[in-house]
Amino acid sequence: MSELTLRIANTSKSYAGPEGSTVEAVREVSLELAPGEFMALGGPSGCGKSSVLLIAGGLLRPDEGEVEILGNNLYQKNRAQRAAIRAKHLGFVFQQFHLVPYLGALDNVLAPSLAQPLPDATERAMELLEQFGLSDRRGHLPSALSVGEQQRVALARALLAKPKLLLADEPTGNLDPENAEGILDHLGAFAGEGGSVLMVTHDKRAAERATRSIRMEKGRIPITQS
Amino acid sequence: MNVGRLIILEIMHRKLGFALAVATVATSVAALVAVAALLGAHDLRTTQMLDEMNAETDRMEEDFTREMKAYEDGVRKTMKGLGFNVFIFPEGQELDEVYADGFASKTMPETYANTLAESKIVTVNHLLPSLTRKLKWPERERIVILIGIRGEVPIAHRDPKKPLIDPVQRGRVVLGHELHRSLGLQEGNSTTFMGREFTIEKCHSERGTKDDVTIWMHLEECQELLGEKGRINAIKALECNCASIDRLGEIRREIAAILPGTKVIETESKALARAEARNKAKKLSQTAIAAKKSETANLRADRERLRLEDGQKYTALLTVVILVSMIWIAFLAFSNSRDRQSEIGILRAMGISTGSILAALMGRAFLVGLAGTGLTLVLAVLPSGVLRESLHGFELQSLVGYVPIVLFSVPALSCAASWLPALQAANRDPATILRNE
Repeated sequence: MSELTLRIANTSKSYAGPEGSTVEAVREVSLELAPGEFMALGGPSGCGKSSVLLIAGGLLRPDEGEVEILGNNLYQKNRAQRAAIRAKHLGFVFQQFHLVPYLGALDNVLAPSLAQPLPDATERAMELLEQFGLSDRRGHLPSALSVGEQQRVALARALLAKPKLLLADEPTGNLDPENAEGILDHLGAFAGEGGSVLMVTHDKRAAERATRSIRMEKGRIPITQS
Repeated sequence: MNVGRLIILEIMHRKLGFALAVATVATSVAALVAVAALLGAHDLRTTQMLDEMNAETDRMEEDFTREMKAYEDGVRKTMKGLGFNVFIFPEGQELDEVYADGFASKTMPETYANTLAESKIVTVNHLLPSLTRKLKWPERERIVILIGIRGEVPIAHRDPKKPLIDPVQRGRVVLGHELHRSLGLQEGNSTTFMGREFTIEKCHSERGTKDDVTIWMHLEECQELLGEKGRINAIKALECNCASIDRLGEIRREIAAILPGTKVIETESKALARAEARNKAKKLSQTAIAAKKSETANLRADRERLRLEDGQKYTALLTVVILVSMIWIAFLAFSNSRDRQSEIGILRAMGISTGSILAALMGRAFLVGLAGTGLTLVLAVLPSGVLRESLHGFELQSLVGYVPIVLFSVPALSCAASWLPALQAANRDPATILRNE
């Protein structure tokens, strides 16, 4: 059996709420993601699914539990080591795209090369833009791109360093059905090539494109699903 | 992709923010250059003013020296006839006769002059024996005054001094103005006087005194013509140096001790007034020069005090300008990092290190400082020709030695001002940013 891409074990995370109260955003969540698996994590707004995604990405330290990426226990590493693991193995796609506004499409795709030297980064970025139908838009700033194009640039950027795990937070939330389909196709293709995808979404149609779908409620994943 | 490209593209994208920061730095550097230029111009002007005043003082001293020399020469010549001069007349000579006729009727041995010269007399500097008579010029039918002179008798116990009167050579005469004018005689002409042939050595210009009808000749020839061989009727003593107020009494006492019975009178007191005037003029000139030197010293002190005050004032102003600029740059840096927090969040999520993000923010701050400094330096050089006049000829280019310091220190200050906002932005929790977005 091949090594798990992601393993989350009994993680919990609480935030400080109003008037000294505590909000338990994630409660004893466990899940595993194997190579080639495309998992959708659904649930209503505020159920904690985005927090799980940030915990999985090494960006939000859980109060309890463990997170492993390709066998590396993330939160036993220091900040710089976690950043190195993210740079090497993870790709992020967000609902708001988070493109750098002053970089053209090509430079945005190349942004991960700031974290680590990537051989043939420019050729790889050009291939990705070609693959996503953006080769004629490579010099355009995000403000000159449509939302569908922006999300495709964001996905190309997430794929530049050939990650093993793609973490997508509502990647189709701002897209029309046609563009949403396109993005889901690319995510599916990535999984089809052996990559792992953890996609947070409350869109049932998007969740149906995943190979596995899990629904969170009040910070928990019902035991029958995990 | 690298940090440098990221910085440049960000600057190109947010031109206004960058331009504002650059303008702020340029203002600070301009204030710095202005202060340096104003202080430099002040120093230059001080040097110019002191040079002018020193030159004026030197000129005054030179003028004073020259004028005093000319004045002293003039006084010296005047004193020859008028100065602290006394006449020594023969014993038994009635002075009312001298005052009436202008010369003594009695005579005394010419050796008296030698006796006086060989004595230890200290109140007299020059001794001029003479023989004077009023008589008719037989050949010309004119009443003239004949004076025989032999020049100065050197005083034995003194160092030889410059003779005050040039003696008339034998066979030569000097004529007063009225004589040569009315007789149509000129220097170099020959004329006969009491049967002797003389060459006219000199014709005096008009003096308005009895000198205008006087003939001067060598004492010996005069004695021969008048049948007064070895006799004189006056010894003129010149440049008497009496320190006391009763100078005439002092001279009389001294001469009486050497030549008993002789009569001593002071010729004129005008010379004393002239000498006093000369001394006064000298004192006034020296006072004026001293006042000028004091004025120069005061000017130097005033300018130094003014420079100190200006320096303190400018330093305070400059400190305020730099502090306000740094606060403004810090605010702009904070504003810039706040605008970029989404970008910083995603870059951190992609695994880009805090150091790289900090380098991008600080690199921008460095370029702000560099561009602001460069802009000011270029703008300072361009109008320097126009400013030169108002800066008393001070050349802004003379500050070029400070350029490396400014080029290093200003970007460093810009980085220092941006450091806290940049550090705060680079360390912001990406999860918080991404979740809030």
